Amino acid sequence: MSILNELQKASLSPTAGLTGPDKHPMDDFLRMDRMPHIWCSTCGIGVSVNCFAKALEKCGFPLDDVVVVSGIGCTGRVAGYVKVDSFHTTHGRAIPFATGLKLANPKLKVIVFSGDGDIIAIGGNHFINAARRNIDITVICINNFNYAMTGGQVAATTPEGAILSTSPFGNFEFPFNLPFLAESVGAVYVARWTSLHVYNQTNAMVEAMKKPGFSFIEIVAPCPTIFERQQKMGDGLDRLRWYCENSEIRADAKTKEADIRLHDKMIVGKFVDKERPTYLEAMNTHYQERLGPKYKVYEG
Amino acid sequence: MPVRQREKPFGLPRPETPHGEIVILEERCKGCGFCIEYCPHGVLVNAKKYNAKGYHPPEIVKAELCVNCGFCRMICPEFAIYTYEPRTGEKP
Amino acid sequence: MKADPRGVLTGSHFIDGDFACCEGALAAGCRFIAGYPITPSTEVVERFARRAPMVDGALFIQMEDELAASIAIQGAVWAGKKAMTVTSGPGFSLMMEHIGLAAMTETPCVFVDVQRGGPSTGLPTLPGQADMMQARWGSHGDYEIIALSPNSPQETFDLTIEAFNLSEQYRVPVMFMMDECVGHMMERVIIPAADKIEVTPRRFTKLPPGEYLPFKPAEDLVPEMFKAGDGYRLHVTGLTHDFRGYPAMNPEVQEQLVHRLVNKIRLNAPKIWRYEETGVEDADVVIVTYGITSRVAVEAIDIARKKGIKVGLLRLVVVWPFPEPRIFELASRGKALVVAEMNYGQVFYEVDRSARGKAPVVLAGHGGGTVHNIEDIVKKIEEAHQCRS
Repeated sequence: MSILNELQKASLSPTAGLTGPDKHPMDDFLRMDRMPHIWCSTCGIGVSVNCFAKALEKCGFPLDDVVVVSGIGCTGRVAGYVKVDSFHTTHGRAIPFATGLKLANPKLKVIVFSGDGDIIAIGGNHFINAARRNIDITVICINNFNYAMTGGQVAATTPEGAILSTSPFGNFEFPFNLPFLAESVGAVYVARWTSLHVYNQTNAMVEAMKKPGFSFIEIVAPCPTIFERQQKMGDGLDRLRWYCENSEIRADAKTKEADIRLHDKMIVGKFVDKERPTYLEAMNTHYQERLGPKYKVYEG
Repeated sequence: MPVRQREKPFGLPRPETPHGEIVILEERCKGCGFCIEYCPHGVLVNAKKYNAKGYHPPEIVKAELCVNCGFCRMICPEFAIYTYEPRTGEKP
Repeated sequence: MKADPRGVLTGSHFIDGDFACCEGALAAGCRFIAGYPITPSTEVVERFARRAPMVDGALFIQMEDELAASIAIQGAVWAGKKAMTVTSGPGFSLMMEHIGLAAMTETPCVFVDVQRGGPSTGLPTLPGQADMMQARWGSHGDYEIIALSPNSPQETFDLTIEAFNLSEQYRVPVMFMMDECVGHMMERVIIPAADKIEVTPRRFTKLPPGEYLPFKPAEDLVPEMFKAGDGYRLHVTGLTHDFRGYPAMNPEVQEQLVHRLVNKIRLNAPKIWRYEETGVEDADVVIVTYGITSRVAVEAIDIARKKGIKVGLLRLVVVWPFPEPRIFELASRGKALVVAEMNYGQVFYEVDRSARGKAPVVLAGHGGGTVHNIEDIVKKIEEAHQCRS
């Protein structure tokens, strides 16, 4: 009986009974029956979902072919709020799930939306192998420098010196330089933007989704409830002001110099945009060479 | 010599600055302040009133200065504000 | 529905159990295998890597570890294909989280475990049967799965098709529990013509988007399925979810969901049970066994009968869900039970529990690495016979 109640409650509009306009142009893209979302005030994840919605509109893909896969964590909840076929899988394993989806049906446009801990720590092995194979997926990694959902533990991307719940005296470990890592394992498109750079983010997402091959976008986002609060950096708005002053867009940016330190300037921009045959292209070409006319090209 | 006489061809009308109408969905706002901070013309300020969740939504103070750039729409994490061009209906 | 002839290698073959498993998968319509090499199961994927380019729509990918393999197949299932992964003991332990995910999201897929000596790295090239409880209870939380156990390459071929059919019928991950002996023994396998093989198609919904609820069950407690790309725009999550697939964090939804996941198999169990009985009606002692051990047990039964003890054989084909009522019936009729398995007691505990004290239950087990000594089984038969009288 309570399931019926829940369904009935859900069918009411979240803004019913309120005065003023109650529809936003992006509402068709969102699961409005699950709004408002769980992300904190001034969190950067909502901004990225907004840019993603705009990027999909610009790309013009039929939304029936778009699939969003995410892992576990704050960013992992993105899959639950976008109105496309979406999958909320286990921690760190969004990329192999996306690999299976894409290889079984190459017509799908598969986007992995997940956090830094999910993609590069527990999911690190899958990240580097999918990039190596150049599977045609787009990975959008929202980097807030900690494991936010579980209360703010140190992550593989946490800058040196940051204070978090499992590094209460400051982080002494060395963090990953995500663009450097992505480039070295063979990603064909690597970019880093912050939550402030909304136009750049949107254009990067358009370029990444249209590009065949493994594309990686790192989005540096504020985590006001945990990361910024522990480092006493204010809230998300203060952090965006910090990004404004301290992020440097370089035209010929090299990933090797793209380390992030707690109080230094940060390099953003598009680092890599190259061509490489995707996994399926390489497979089909190779089998056609070796097996001749007996081989029927794999299309799904 | 006035600059206009050197233009070829003469007498074309100057391009018009676009203008946008702003729609704020106040009940969705979580008071982050991004739109207020980053509007290039300072059209918005923090309202004195609260919405049902206890946040201060933005308030339009300089409506005539909005140029429909769409930055507020893009940077809002809550999908709570957007602009549109009143004659063409374009939403950036 | 009949099998797709493009995947069926009709004819009489002399192949081992691993190859037969691969052929069975292809005959059942499996077109995606993500694997990772591990002895003694590697031959299944080696065969599939060779066959896949020649079968329309089939793709093989060797993933970077078993964790990736076990979830890549679930991605392929949600894109519309039938998928399988293959592993042995150590890899099976790694896959446990994703077996739980498949049970929770009700993803139909097949996990093949070619058991070897354990625990840990154990005996890679020698048989064992010590993963049977892990197949049932390995992942965290409450869920039910189906597990099958073949005892010959021919049966491996037939049961692999059955495994796919059961997984589609009940939208559940199916564990295919072979052992190294059956996997590596070469025997004659007859693959019939494609139109003689019955294959259960995926139960896709016919409802249009908007009306279809992905986790609303039909009468047999199994919901209809959809696939990504068909325009349904639905959400699938490993979190506790309601009929729409949306996460719902409250005890009522948890109760309703877990109740259904568990009862989906428990209430349909009478249709799923499968076992073979030989000489059980007049027997005083019944050997309950499965897999390669059943072939040794047949020999032991002959010797025991010559000694004058009336022994029967109950060979489990479907090990989970366990046929408790049949064991209880045999025990109530005063038959002593001997459980012969290549471990220190796994299915033995199920048999013991099902007998409910009505009859003595004796374990004929050992640590694995080789099939049973026939004399050991005969000794246990005699012991059970004495207990009985």
